[in-house]
Amino acid sequence: MENLLNIFIKSIFVDNMIFAFFLGMCSFLAVSKSVKTALGLGVAVIFVLLITVPVNFLMEKYLLRKGALIWLGEGFSDVDLSFLTFMVFIATIAAMTQLVEMVVEKFSPALYNSLGIFLPLIAVNCAILGASLFMQEREYENVLEATVFGVGSGIGWMLAIVSIAAIREKLRYSNVPDPLKGLGITFILTGLMAIAFMGFMGIKL
Amino acid sequence: MDNHEKEPIFSARNLKLLTEPFGNNNPITVQVLGICSALAVTVKLKPAIVMALSVTIVTAVSNLVIAAIRQYIPDRIRIIVQLVVIATMVILVDQFLKAFVFDVSKQLSVFVGLIITNCILMGRLEAFAMANKPWPSFLDGIGNGAGYGMILVIVSFFRELLGSGTIYGFPVFEKLGIYHTGYENNGMVILPPMALIFVGLIIWFQRSRNKSLIEK
Repeated sequence: MENLLNIFIKSIFVDNMIFAFFLGMCSFLAVSKSVKTALGLGVAVIFVLLITVPVNFLMEKYLLRKGALIWLGEGFSDVDLSFLTFMVFIATIAAMTQLVEMVVEKFSPALYNSLGIFLPLIAVNCAILGASLFMQEREYENVLEATVFGVGSGIGWMLAIVSIAAIREKLRYSNVPDPLKGLGITFILTGLMAIAFMGFMGIKL
Repeated sequence: MDNHEKEPIFSARNLKLLTEPFGNNNPITVQVLGICSALAVTVKLKPAIVMALSVTIVTAVSNLVIAAIRQYIPDRIRIIVQLVVIATMVILVDQFLKAFVFDVSKQLSVFVGLIITNCILMGRLEAFAMANKPWPSFLDGIGNGAGYGMILVIVSFFRELLGSGTIYGFPVFEKLGIYHTGYENNGMVILPPMALIFVGLIIWFQRSRNKSLIEK
């Protein structure tokens, strides 16, 4: 239990997808103009991560890793499919995103319209594939740990995009130099926030 | 399909595809594509250059492939088809890097895999290759990959110089004897947040030179 909590906190604050690894920056920059859409995208990302990370964990464990195919029989014990990792992960993610898109379109057309093109683009959001690849690299032990890591990363991502969106809403009333308006100042702001988030480094429960 | 005879291979229009990404249509500073990896691999020049080359190759070839088969891709499943093409290219590049420059491949860690989700690829495929002939698409891929690489090299040049006092591993500051004057490397520049601030400054510089890019 303590271990799970540790992974959870760590993936939200210390290894924050945006501030520590810059993953998912494209949609982060494009959708952070208002808090409401940022929140919507954040929830969608959490949802997709909640599904894809454990599914990819199972893929890794029972399909890709060296010796993973042993459940098929003795003859498969030294088959190593790990070079297919990218392909399998991205296929899972694309399929899952399609699913989320269909669900959102059915149950919340308003959200669907406001997210616009970014919902299908979650499939190519680096944060999603990044989480799966980090999950593989850090060798989590069971599905539960992988799930907690996925949800934590999603929450961390949402936290980042919502807070930047809130700052950008206020920023409209400040006097930013013209060439720095929009994109430039957002970069510098994100940099400053990232420096602040470095204060969490080394936290362990 | 075959329009090459009518139009010279390096016509003005095609050359523009190649050069525009360096200036007014830069993928990073203007189109806002492919930021993620741009920031994470720019601590040193060497991984940045390897990354820039990999992205250029993957963008150019997948643009070429998609443009060649664009009429046979059903609209509904085009994203999956694009991803398969990109993923195949990235697997090839990844295996190549592991075989020939293993140390750099280790440094880049997950970011080689993340080329798949680099928005430059999807962005250019969707915006350009799906609607254009193979040759212009190929040039568009090379141009955008190189424009992306340019920013990577600029950022990593300054980060390596200010952060470690070296250029491509060569200890410039030590040879110049600057440390004797009391100068010290700025460890802050190596930390990830400074990459964001550097890109912000590049955008500032570019937009104050070219007023038409200013937002609103």
